[in-house]
Amino acid sequence: MNQSATAVMDHRHPMPGMQVYNLKLGMWIFLLSEVMFFTSLIGSYIILRFAHPDHWTQPGVVLNVPLTAVNTFLLICSSVTMVKAFACIEQGDQKGLKLWLLGTIMIGATFVGIQAYEYVHLIHEGFVPNFAAYTAEGGNLYGATFYLMTGFHGAHVTIGVLCLIFVLFRAMKGAYTSESYGGVEIIGLYWHFVDLVWIILFTIVYLL
Amino acid sequence: MSAHNNGIWSWITTVDHKRIGVMYFVTALVFFVIAGVEALVIRIQLWRPENDFISAETYSQMFTMHGTTMIFLVAMPMAVAFFNFIVPLQIGARDVAFPRLNALSYWTFLFGGIFLNSSFLFGAAPNTSWVAYANLTSSQFSPGHNVDFWLLGLSILGISSIMGGVNFITTIINLRAPGMKLMRMPLFTWMTLVTSFILVTALPVLAVALILLAFDRFFGANFYQPMAGGDPILWQHLFWIFGHPEVYILILPSFGVISDVIPTFSRKPLFGYPIVVYAGIMIGFLGWGVWSHHMFTTGLGPIADAFFVASTMIIAIPTGVKICNWIATMWGGQIRFTTAMLYCIGLLAIFTLGGLSGIMHASAPIDLQQHDTHFVVAHFHYVVAGGVMMGLFAGLYYWFPKVTGRFMDERLGKINFWTYFVGFNLTFFPMHISGIYGMPRRTWTYAAELNIALPNMLSTIGAFIFALSALILVYTIIKSAISGEPAGPNPWNAATLEWSIPSPPPHYNFAEIPTVRSREPLWREEERREIEAVTLKVPDVEPVMPNSSYMPILLAFGVALTWGLVMTGKWWAPVIGLSYVGVCILMWAFEDPFARKGA
Repeated sequence: MNQSATAVMDHRHPMPGMQVYNLKLGMWIFLLSEVMFFTSLIGSYIILRFAHPDHWTQPGVVLNVPLTAVNTFLLICSSVTMVKAFACIEQGDQKGLKLWLLGTIMIGATFVGIQAYEYVHLIHEGFVPNFAAYTAEGGNLYGATFYLMTGFHGAHVTIGVLCLIFVLFRAMKGAYTSESYGGVEIIGLYWHFVDLVWIILFTIVYLL
Repeated sequence: MSAHNNGIWSWITTVDHKRIGVMYFVTALVFFVIAGVEALVIRIQLWRPENDFISAETYSQMFTMHGTTMIFLVAMPMAVAFFNFIVPLQIGARDVAFPRLNALSYWTFLFGGIFLNSSFLFGAAPNTSWVAYANLTSSQFSPGHNVDFWLLGLSILGISSIMGGVNFITTIINLRAPGMKLMRMPLFTWMTLVTSFILVTALPVLAVALILLAFDRFFGANFYQPMAGGDPILWQHLFWIFGHPEVYILILPSFGVISDVIPTFSRKPLFGYPIVVYAGIMIGFLGWGVWSHHMFTTGLGPIADAFFVASTMIIAIPTGVKICNWIATMWGGQIRFTTAMLYCIGLLAIFTLGGLSGIMHASAPIDLQQHDTHFVVAHFHYVVAGGVMMGLFAGLYYWFPKVTGRFMDERLGKINFWTYFVGFNLTFFPMHISGIYGMPRRTWTYAAELNIALPNMLSTIGAFIFALSALILVYTIIKSAISGEPAGPNPWNAATLEWSIPSPPPHYNFAEIPTVRSREPLWREEERREIEAVTLKVPDVEPVMPNSSYMPILLAFGVALTWGLVMTGKWWAPVIGLSYVGVCILMWAFEDPFARKGA
């Protein structure tokens, strides 16, 4: 972060030792909290799965791995477009910023859309969290942990898309410059984090 | 002090960390009284064997709400009250890093507390104890809304705590005055930093535990139901991975308070400052590795038990180091026995006793005997009601002149302290004995053959002395706030930055941000003059502070509303709440905190 940008981001206080502006530091701390959240989800998953392997099936029997692999690829692409958007505004390229932000939003929305389609399909097959209503192969813990983990991740992507729309809206009004791009940078941090979490979740929920 | 009025709306919309701090404290005090009444009801019921003052069901609700309220609505927010008021002043900042978020934390906490307590109106107060062990909490065994109130209320409070943690870490790292290096920060600020890190890392684990429980109850997922392939021990792991760091969230702020108060009233710098800091950080870390000592009776096996016995005993080392440092600080000092100092010494004595009984049941074989008896109740009240609360009250008597510009009444204060000290010990010491005789926790009565009627009667008498002390405290606060003796900027002749500005502080805190050159800036004559030259003057142009805002209270209400609508069981009901929250967030995002009024 360059000095002039921090001056714009926080005009009330001189900078002490750490050369990170408040919003960015706050986002890092928030992501620390998110790490604990997803770690707890994954930890619970591991405990339940090791204790009750009979609830799980071979990968690909119930879940549609190829479809989600495409979805995973899309989400990784959206991290690239996010980086491009950030790189553009660092150079002061307003048009590039808006274009890449729009791209990120569209890919993110597509991801959520495909996930919703997948949910509808799975629920139709009786792959549900409810113990009594579960009729797919395996046991209901499989379904329950699936919706728990992918659901919370999906909610994160949805919130990310909404925030990106807000950032795009501000970008249209010319709120960001090569000197002041805090909003783009911190939503970028969040977006990359959510992306990273998905790579882990995809591996353990779909592939293992 | 233009544009800074005192009407009720100015408090509701405030983003000033000092006012938020005061609101946190007052709210916590109200909940303290409520929790105290619940405790008295419990003690009346246990006055004699096979008493029938209340039913078993009411008893369950009383001890559950007493525990939940004391931890989440009294001890934590009272510490956060001091974080809010004191930390920005100690580091030389004009406010916290995110003032609106700070207000949101407060309102979320308030609505969460109201949400939890509103369960009484529906006759469905939580009744599964503050640890809410699975699978007692399942729909099968707890069909009412009691557990729903508990899990939803706690998740609201968790959101508030995480936001607060993010805010205070950012504040302490980023908003320090020039020269305020990490190793020059007052101990209270240090312990706030450590506590905030525990808050942001421990609360998400509780969130996951609660979410799994919510899945069980609302979607029939049965994560914790053994008959459906789930695992009740999973709840205990998740809960205590949160729950043990939580006890350090409770005690570390009090350790911070007394590390500032003891040097002031001993006229000596804190003995071994770096060691006290490192010990605090160490406790914060080690606190993550001891959770299963709450679970020795679940049969984890000898290897896990041995590990957790060892780690639990190790954590006594940094704690013991701190206690030795405080005593060494007093050694040879010119001690002034103010009420604040008495509470500090009270903490040292009582917390050490609680720590010793803690080391007793750190040992698994002994714990197997003591588990779920009143011995454990005695232990954790010695560390929480004796340790945590005494530290917070020391802070109250110490910082009250800064907050209000008036002293607390010292004569009433001493009466308050001694009734507290006597009432406390009379209440909880006999529980060691009744516990060893086998009196179970969380059971509404006991048999006459157990021969524990006497310790129970003593406990009940003690509880009423304790309650009297609380009433004296409330009276003292009100009386002193109205007609206490006026106090100057630095009435105790203390060393840290918050005492360099007027009492009560102006809304911008520091007319000019001072430069700090040492750990005890106000105790070095030259530095004190230099600092006070900029902090005590009236600025020509008032520093620009963020505008007040309605958004925090509106948004916080939306969160509580959404959570409440979840309980209707209709899928579309929370969607209404969420839409309202969405609108609030949007308005929040478009609000410019520094917009000039009328421009």
